[in-house]
Amino acid sequence: MPRSLLPWLLVLQRLGIALLTLVIVSFAVFFATELLPGDVAQILLGQAATPEAVAGLREAMGLNEPALQRFLGWLIGMVVGGDMGTSYVNQMEVAELVSGRLGNSLRLAGVTTLVSVPIALALGIGAAMWRGSIFDRAVSVLTISVISVPEFMVATLAVLIFAVWLGWLPALSYGANVDSITAMLKAYAMPVITLSFVVSAQMIRMTRAAVIDTINTPYVEMALLKGASRSRMVLRHALPNALGPIANAVALSLSYLVGGVIIVETIFNYPGVAKLMVDAVSTRDLPLIQSCAMIFCVSYLALITIADMVAILSNPRLRK
Amino acid sequence: MTKLPTNWTGRDDAMVEHMIRRGASRRELLKMLMASGVAAAAGGSVLLRASTALAATPVMGGSMRAAGWSSSTADTLDPAKASLSTDYVRCCSFYSRLTFLDEAGLVQMELADTIETDDAQTWQVRLKPGVLFHDGKTLNAEDVVYSLKRHLDEGVGSKANSLAKQMTEISKVDDLTVKIVLESPNADLPTILSLHHFMIIADGTTDFRTANGTGAFVCEVFEPGVRSVAVRNPNYFKGQGPYLDSFEFIAIPDNNARVNALLSGDIQLAAAINPRSMRMLEGQPSVQASVTTAGNYTNLNIRLDMEPGARADFVEGMKYLVNREAIQQSVLRGLAEIGNDQPVPPANRYHNPNLAPRAYDPEKARFHFEKSGLLGTEIPMVASEAAGSSIDMAMVVQQAGAEVGMNLKVERVPSDGYWSNYWLQSPVHFGNINPRPTPDILFSLLYASDAPWNESHYKSERFDQMMVEARGSLDEEKRTAIYWEMQEMVANEAGTIIPTYISNVDGISSRLHGLRPNPLGGMMGYAFAEHVWMDA
Repeated sequence: MPRSLLPWLLVLQRLGIALLTLVIVSFAVFFATELLPGDVAQILLGQAATPEAVAGLREAMGLNEPALQRFLGWLIGMVVGGDMGTSYVNQMEVAELVSGRLGNSLRLAGVTTLVSVPIALALGIGAAMWRGSIFDRAVSVLTISVISVPEFMVATLAVLIFAVWLGWLPALSYGANVDSITAMLKAYAMPVITLSFVVSAQMIRMTRAAVIDTINTPYVEMALLKGASRSRMVLRHALPNALGPIANAVALSLSYLVGGVIIVETIFNYPGVAKLMVDAVSTRDLPLIQSCAMIFCVSYLALITIADMVAILSNPRLRK
Repeated sequence: MTKLPTNWTGRDDAMVEHMIRRGASRRELLKMLMASGVAAAAGGSVLLRASTALAATPVMGGSMRAAGWSSSTADTLDPAKASLSTDYVRCCSFYSRLTFLDEAGLVQMELADTIETDDAQTWQVRLKPGVLFHDGKTLNAEDVVYSLKRHLDEGVGSKANSLAKQMTEISKVDDLTVKIVLESPNADLPTILSLHHFMIIADGTTDFRTANGTGAFVCEVFEPGVRSVAVRNPNYFKGQGPYLDSFEFIAIPDNNARVNALLSGDIQLAAAINPRSMRMLEGQPSVQASVTTAGNYTNLNIRLDMEPGARADFVEGMKYLVNREAIQQSVLRGLAEIGNDQPVPPANRYHNPNLAPRAYDPEKARFHFEKSGLLGTEIPMVASEAAGSSIDMAMVVQQAGAEVGMNLKVERVPSDGYWSNYWLQSPVHFGNINPRPTPDILFSLLYASDAPWNESHYKSERFDQMMVEARGSLDEEKRTAIYWEMQEMVANEAGTIIPTYISNVDGISSRLHGLRPNPLGGMMGYAFAEHVWMDA
């Protein structure tokens, strides 16, 4: 086999594992959902859930087949035709329910990524370059404090200051009514700032650690001894080798942005998929739960796989 | 000049305004104010302030955004399935009912022109002519028959199934007349038809992705779990209202976020705000509070069929031990009305005003505890976040108990599973009951011998007979007399201590007018949209 194909083979192998993971996760989510007390008919009827009423509603909703059979039907439809099914709760196509909100989530995640990744990388690399300096210490203290403050606190404080006291920004962020650039900037400002706080702190620390790790290796020391400047030493010699771990840290932080932003979605009333998933679980809406879980899983796997690919392709030992 | 006590706050203003709207007389109000330490002269000016707030002329146009507290993909435009305030608000703006309850709790006609009966068992409903659905169809008897019959079909999953079951025949007489025959006489049918679930939809409707009703607003956007946008119905049959061009309804589950959105002007109405947030509203000229005491309550239940509640003296002692004023003032921060241990609230027209709440009397309590032989025995009281404010109430009772040598222990349990594992089960526990419009519904749900939610396991044959008698009677005076006596029976004989009726507080923008309390719940019984207007 030609040596140049090896990295691509590794990439292909990663994709195969990713697919297998999806199926396993789907089963795990199904069994976890089955453990929850009550089914969709009981939840929908609430206090009015007499046994006859529940039986009647189950019959009408077509829930009398065993759950496993319904799940397998959904899985086959998903794998074969990409059909996400119909929500039990409101009879709408899951694809229709998900599409708008996924768009919102991706938009929020995208803007946050554009803001936070460059800042985090610059700060992390800077801190590593000038390790031990005032700048490094300031960044470290700042990131530690940002990690320690929960996001609902950041979000609520931001709303109090910028929306209630100063009146500069709206307290709510809608996906829908952003008709001009200024309106969009205003609507996204607070959620993006809050989320950037949460995700950047991790990225900064991981970047700093990864770069420092490579700076400590003999070959970078060699570069320094040969007379390379400090910045050339870090950017040209150390950074490419630190890229793998950095990419993984970035991917981990970003994967949080799709499914884990429930607090920010709640406080700013932003209609994203995290809230959709919570709704789905609380109403035991199996097709919607599964579809959301798949979306989170795919986005997570996609990010991790990209990070792995970056690591593989940037590894000089595999590149040759 | 207004001379108010130094601790007078906007919350007190709101309470006074609420009492006036409920129809309290000037004399009653002054008595109430004097009791809380307001001098007569100052009391007069408070009343003046509150009454001017009520009088104003509606302005047409504008749009508003209101926020409830819960929303999910289970949001529905199907009135039969409506289960939360969010659904009720939407249903009220898109559909109409045959009847509705006004501020005084009296039945008014909406789509119905008249509802008549001779024996409270066979009813004739005559509809208003020429009412148009949003799609242009004219309302007729078939729509009403279809809308009501749906509740009997278990496949629909109606929340009102158990109430609807008593309608054994629902049939069309002519284009504008419907006949309803009940299983047994029930004079409350017009009130039952005013419940949100009995909104009228067009014959044959099965698709609820949008709403086709006869209501004041037309549904433009409906995204479950996100928002709805409603625009004015130009053909609205009432001739007056709605005043708004459009209104948007969303939900912000987090209380602080909801209050913040109101303060920043993003929304003009924040429903059901926590009394603890009232401080944030006070001193803000741009917002105010609208208080409704519809009859929601958190109560202390002592099961009469097991120890310690089987000893009548223990129950009697507990009734004297509960310090209602302390609960009203410190636990609920003044946003409540004192209760007299029975479920029919002051806003209900059958409320018995002669039944005075039991006064806090530690000496009498101690006497009864001693007689019961339980003084000094440790008795657990089960409380949980699930029953709102119950933990704080339990602390007040525990404290009072400690002072007379009664060893009550607050047993705090998690919310999850509270209603199935502790409520109705534990010997001494807290419950929480939402307002219901008629004494009959309350009594048959909570106090009849076979009541599904008989919290204290109260059993009285005489009570059951009186309930059936009042239900079938068309004689208002007689019904009132029976219901008054039943309230006394519940207060004196049952083991449910109802210390306060808890007020619902909606935060509203000062630009919003026309909001009045309603016995069906907060936000004007969820029907505020067609009645409110915005300052230009």
